[in-house]
Amino acid sequence: MDIFQIVSIGIVATIIALIIRQEHPELAILVSITAGIIIFTFIIGKFSANINVIISMVNQSRIDSLYVMTVFKVIGIAYIAEFASQICKDAGEEAIGKKIELGGKIIIMNLAIPILTALMGIIVDILNNV
Amino acid sequence: MNIDILFKIAAIGILVTVLNQVLVKAGREEIAMMVTLSGIVIVLLMVVNLINNLFTNVKSIFQLY
Repeated sequence: MDIFQIVSIGIVATIIALIIRQEHPELAILVSITAGIIIFTFIIGKFSANINVIISMVNQSRIDSLYVMTVFKVIGIAYIAEFASQICKDAGEEAIGKKIELGGKIIIMNLAIPILTALMGIIVDILNNV
Repeated sequence: MNIDILFKIAAIGILVTVLNQVLVKAGREEIAMMVTLSGIVIVLLMVVNLINNLFTNVKSIFQLY
């Protein structure tokens, strides 16, 4: 069972971080980053299989793949931004974490603008046909 | 993905702590500082590789190019 492996990696990493934090808080941050990356690489294989299934379903139903690709890009950017901002928050630098989140939100907005323009185009078409 | 790197970081942390305390007791504060700094740099080099792996993974899976 993979969940037990993930949970035990998390608990071991937490204990190591607690032991190291008393003397070297900066090394404890690196321990938590490492644990996060290990767990992520653990689950990413299963996740990518799911994504391939979703992409093939979208291709079969002849939806424009631009929309689904944009959703995946948004998920990736949000994950990276959240990862970095939580590390900053753990290290006690909440302000830097908030700035990273703001940057992620603005980049996600840039990605979402083409979808919004497509929606506006559809609405304008409908209004012209009425 | 190997969990060995976590134990490596823990070992480096404990080793650096012990060396640090010995050197401070011996009255060599500046060398103790250097030991701490080099321990952090070694671990940082290991973790930077991991972060690079994470970024390439996320980029390839979510098609972020």
